[in-house]
Amino acid sequence: MVTIPSTPERLLPAANPTTLLDPAGRAVPGDGPDLPDADVLLALYRMMVLGRRFDTQATALTKQGRLAVYPSARGQEACQIGAVLALRPQDWLFPTYRDSMAVTARGVDPVQVLTLLRGDWHSGYDPYQHRVAPQCTPLATNTLHAVGLAHAATIKGEDTVALVMLGDGATSEGDTHAALNFAAVWKSPVVFLIQNNGYAISVPLAKQTAAPSLAHKGIGYGIPATVVDGNDAAAVYAVVRRAVTSAAAGAGPVLIEALTYRVEAHTNADDATRYRSQDEVDGWLGRDPVTRLRNHLRDRGLLDEAAIAKTDAEAEAQAAALRQRMTTDTRHDPDDLFRYVYAEPTPELRRQQRELAVELGQAQGGRGAG
Amino acid sequence: MTAIAEHYRGLAAGSAVTMASALNQALSDALTEDDSVLVFGEDVATLGGVFRITDGLAASFGQTRVFDTPLSESGIVGTAIGMAMNGLRPVVEMQFDAFAYPAFEQITSHLAKLRNRTKGRVELPIVIRIPYGGGIGGVEHHCDSSEAYYTHTPGLRVVTPGTPADAYVLLRQAISSPDPVIFLEPKRRYWSKETVSEHHGIAMDRALVRRPGTDVTLIAYGGAVATALEAAEAAEEDGRSAEVIDLRSLSPFDDETVTASVKRTGRAIVVHEASRFCGYGAEVAARLSEQCFHYLEAPILRVAGFDIPYPPPSLEEYHLPSVDRILDAIDRLQWQETAALVKVAS
Repeated sequence: MVTIPSTPERLLPAANPTTLLDPAGRAVPGDGPDLPDADVLLALYRMMVLGRRFDTQATALTKQGRLAVYPSARGQEACQIGAVLALRPQDWLFPTYRDSMAVTARGVDPVQVLTLLRGDWHSGYDPYQHRVAPQCTPLATNTLHAVGLAHAATIKGEDTVALVMLGDGATSEGDTHAALNFAAVWKSPVVFLIQNNGYAISVPLAKQTAAPSLAHKGIGYGIPATVVDGNDAAAVYAVVRRAVTSAAAGAGPVLIEALTYRVEAHTNADDATRYRSQDEVDGWLGRDPVTRLRNHLRDRGLLDEAAIAKTDAEAEAQAAALRQRMTTDTRHDPDDLFRYVYAEPTPELRRQQRELAVELGQAQGGRGAG
Repeated sequence: MTAIAEHYRGLAAGSAVTMASALNQALSDALTEDDSVLVFGEDVATLGGVFRITDGLAASFGQTRVFDTPLSESGIVGTAIGMAMNGLRPVVEMQFDAFAYPAFEQITSHLAKLRNRTKGRVELPIVIRIPYGGGIGGVEHHCDSSEAYYTHTPGLRVVTPGTPADAYVLLRQAISSPDPVIFLEPKRRYWSKETVSEHHGIAMDRALVRRPGTDVTLIAYGGAVATALEAAEAAEEDGRSAEVIDLRSLSPFDDETVTASVKRTGRAIVVHEASRFCGYGAEVAARLSEQCFHYLEAPILRVAGFDIPYPPPSLEEYHLPSVDRILDAIDRLQWQETAALVKVAS
């Protein structure tokens, strides 16, 4: 007779999200991971302040017409920064379009990050320099790239973990299913981080899934899963760090659901008042991740007003530098349209490149004659 | 070119091979010569593939380099992209043409675009092998000619062999290519045999004149090449000399070879199994009318599948381009009208 193995409890998320700091910043005792060291907490705080300022600056740049569009991650700083700081240099990050803050935290030049949203090119940075894949716009497709890269690392005997970010909406896509399944079967060193920010543009989680939590999806694949307070940077860092360590040790993939909230609309082009109340937004503003960690560090005497002001000034200086660099217009080379489609342009592409050059030459000639 | 010739040594001149065994040999030689080559897909390892193209490879190279995946075409292509980003050269199999559609987003949005997206920083040397086309009595979803979906996608190379020896050469070239290649295998020709001759030394993106002729150019690829050659033989008996071009590379298209032929013959027919409307032949006809207009003696014709979903096995003979249908098309190439015009002009 065939028997179904009893439910492996270790695969199920705990009843409560892992929280290390409560919304007021007080340490929460529990059986979760240890609170990170003070230097880590200070680094998380500094990077969150810089990240938020980058994010608000990017939103401001859309209003000045310097960015075509910007999907903000304000309110999700704990996820963006906590996850990235938990990675080792040899690990890879597979971000989505909403994870610009995470990409800059990994070390990518912010102007290069904004190349996509400025409309200058589809991606502006070298993925191999900081081990950050191009920000992915089609939902969930990057989950499979992360699994493939991690599996290749296993084949090559490299100590590399791939962390892939996805949103609550992306969990409904088929590629998420395939990626979780492939990673589990192959025992690939992948960390899946779902930033559950409550909405897929306008569609709330309740219309996205009937699962008790998104982390509950893990057990169906044989993947251990954790729910973490996504506005608690200390907890996100600790949970991702533990997952990276476990994956690197050969224990296979880990699924993490971070509960957070998208404070801004989907993008600057979206109107969030059409689908959610200000009361709801205000409630989440009271759980702000930056304030929470600042209160904690201040209460412990690890951060004084001078240090807070210093970090704020650093953030302002970075924002000013970004503003300055974004005011210069980029020179665009129409030949770039043809250069990178294949390793070598095909004869047909060379012909089309010449067609465009002739067209542009005539246009210039026409203006000169007039 | 030297590298291609060396690759070609995997097939001994004078031996008779089937397309299936030539493909198997190409995979085996690529796995031997380059440690970064991987072969994976559904049923490719233990079983050796439903068409046995990967037969014995897992036993020879181990299940780390030749492996079965979970059943998800998007998963296969998506993970291949990640592996290629990390320095490997995946050769993946889609079990059948129509079963590749779940991978369409990964192919069109990422495989085809990542090089361009990253200004050449990310290279994806991936080969997607797809058995395609009909003629084997397959039930629905097993006989599609899906080439136009891929040729319409910039960033992909699309090739399809018409003969066993060429299957070997093209697959070796595809695996060596720095660009992603959709490798379409005409499954009805898997068991056709050919005696291997000396390597023709032709690059992957060039077409090949399979049979020289002077009156009309038959342009074919994949499974239709053999049909076109047969039609050319029959036309010869009717006093018409047909040149047969095997395109090999559907994208990029070898304008040079094809237009040179059509400028000589003045007449052209494109033959393919795929539906006619917006099919690959439409592009060929458009290019030829743009580049050979003053050389043409008659409109360019298409002998193609009807604009219907692929029919069930008992009806497929009515759908597939046949020798008779090609001969009928040759007859419709306005031979009398042109002769009359010449008479009037003189």
